[in-house]
Amino acid sequence: MTDASMQSPETGRHTVSLTASDARTKKRAAAEKRFRAYGITAIATGLFFLIVLFASILSQGIPAFQRTVVSVDFTLTQQQQEQAEGTLFKTKAYSDLFISELNSELAERGISVDFDAAAIERLLGKVGGTIRTFYAENPDKLGEPIEFDLAASSRVDGYFKGRVSRDTLQDSRFLQLSDLDLVDALKEAGIIKQVFNWPFITGADSGVDNPGGAGIGASVVGSFFMMLVVLCLSLPIGVAASIYLEEFAPQNRFTDLIEVNISNLAAVPSIVFGILGLAVFIQFMHLPQSAPLVGGLVLTLMTLPTIIISTRASLKAVPPSIRDAALGVGASKMQAVFHHVLPLAAPGILTGTIIGLAQALGETAPLLLIGMVGFVARGYPDGFLAGFTEPNSAMPAQIYTWAARADVGFYEKAWGGIIILLMFLLTMNIIAIILRRRFERRW
Amino acid sequence: MNDMTRVERAVDSKDIKINAKQVQVYYGDTHAIKDVDVEIEDKTVTAFIGPSGCGKSTFLRCLNRMNDTIDICRVQGDILLDGEDIYDKRVDPVQLRAKVGMVFQKPNPFPKSIYDNVAYGPRIHGLAKNKAELDEIVEKSLRRGAIWDEVKDRLDAPGTGLSGGQQQRLCIARAVATEPEVLLMDEPCSALDPIATAQVEELIDELRSRYSVVIVTHSMQQAARVSQKTAFFHLGNLVEFGETGQIFTNPEDPRTESYITGRIG
Repeated sequence: MTDASMQSPETGRHTVSLTASDARTKKRAAAEKRFRAYGITAIATGLFFLIVLFASILSQGIPAFQRTVVSVDFTLTQQQQEQAEGTLFKTKAYSDLFISELNSELAERGISVDFDAAAIERLLGKVGGTIRTFYAENPDKLGEPIEFDLAASSRVDGYFKGRVSRDTLQDSRFLQLSDLDLVDALKEAGIIKQVFNWPFITGADSGVDNPGGAGIGASVVGSFFMMLVVLCLSLPIGVAASIYLEEFAPQNRFTDLIEVNISNLAAVPSIVFGILGLAVFIQFMHLPQSAPLVGGLVLTLMTLPTIIISTRASLKAVPPSIRDAALGVGASKMQAVFHHVLPLAAPGILTGTIIGLAQALGETAPLLLIGMVGFVARGYPDGFLAGFTEPNSAMPAQIYTWAARADVGFYEKAWGGIIILLMFLLTMNIIAIILRRRFERRW
Repeated sequence: MNDMTRVERAVDSKDIKINAKQVQVYYGDTHAIKDVDVEIEDKTVTAFIGPSGCGKSTFLRCLNRMNDTIDICRVQGDILLDGEDIYDKRVDPVQLRAKVGMVFQKPNPFPKSIYDNVAYGPRIHGLAKNKAELDEIVEKSLRRGAIWDEVKDRLDAPGTGLSGGQQQRLCIARAVATEPEVLLMDEPCSALDPIATAQVEELIDELRSRYSVVIVTHSMQQAARVSQKTAFFHLGNLVEFGETGQIFTNPEDPRTESYITGRIG
């Protein structure tokens, strides 16, 4: 007992002042304080890792959204084109025209630097080919000044982003130290510059030696078609199954077994679904390999348990009094479910579905097994239906492919791809929240 | 209404609306209702009283087959509505429930507008050919539910936004909108305050002119105030059934007397 306690003469009991705390109270208060500290520490740790994660994703991925281009005003007359087409090495002729144009522009700005055709090729790739193709496709542009934005090679790009420096550069057939002098000169002249990398967002995957040209656009389209398949299959099947199990099915051993198995399916590793898809959809049913249709089917199998579980939970959360009320005015069981229970459960079902879709969107392992990985996202599908059957990749599979490639330029692309993927996931979650709010407000 | 009115209430014999004979109800292995015989008259308020768990609500739910929704529940015996066995295989429970409406213990309006709450029953049963007819049914039902004046200006407002007493009267309006012949009420006032209770009781007395009303209640005063006939249930048995005045002033069974004087239950 503390000093504040005193002996009460009448009762012989200790009377304890409320303002002074005894040992037990102190212990309890300390335990409570400790518990709060644990909680705050846990949250702070989580936040710390989240911040580290985001910081590293952003710092590594942002450079992917910038690219280095050489922009030169170039004019080709009809006469020059005819002359070039008449030579034996046609692209070399175009290349020479470009180099003389570049030279004169540098001279105009009072900068002199020595370079040859080989250096230009190391810097910009096959310039002549690009120019020739452009004029072959747009003959009406002949004689007009055109500003060409020619993508610099991956190493030049790396030089601008600090990935490649003069100290670490070793002369190779890709880039030589002398080329960097040329780059610096071009930079001084304002001919070479960094611009926003639209081709990364809209383009398709490139060859293994051309990280600069790689884009995620085609695999975004692949992911989109897959999600379409997943949504169209898993939402109706999942909701129908949940409604039947929750509202109509009798309670017996058989339905218990089904329930247990649905819960188990949710915990099956996704690679198992991948190998199942390979065996059933591709080898047995002969559906096209690498196609978003097959990817969608596999991901549907994976998403179904998630949707069924969340739908059943939200159906369960609808108060039974609503069902009674509907049955009490003479609605049939089906009317009670479809007119009253389902609309009330809709926000929960939608949220579950979108979270299931988001999970499927980020899934990579099953796609590895059905061939939606590797150099397959070569271009956009020819049409809406072809989008389902033409070989394509998906965002996470594309990121995996880039991360596995040798050229460091692809590493940056992988991080950039992650940013795009996260943006899609964030958008989906925001849509889920908005839909939920909107539906809940109606009641 | 007050307790005094029951003595001057004339009870004349009327048609039998529901005739229950030897009804047994089992929940799994539990024998919940034993040998119940009740005759419920038309245009009469019949009250079921008894201690908690005595089976009065279970029996009430047998009268419109709401117990069908409980898997383990079995009903034996005959319950005749206008001479037809409602547990006959050919009877559609949905049609039966349109004829025998129900009001529940907790007010349970649909989370929709007041108008849609009342219009739902007529809509699914096709009672109105057009919007004008439906409007008419909704107004008539809300008037019968004695809530029209309070909600006529806000029919689009959600039914869940009303006060507890208003919600319960809305539920009664919803139940009468399908033109039932019998109205079952399972402790309709237990979640309401005394003022709302008085309003609902008054309403029940008015409903008596058109429907046969069966009400389950825990309040003996309420049974005495609103009913003409009272049935006392105890441990699954129907102990006594008779005119309300007689049950409360001169019960035949000692158990009834113990219950109404507050010694059991």
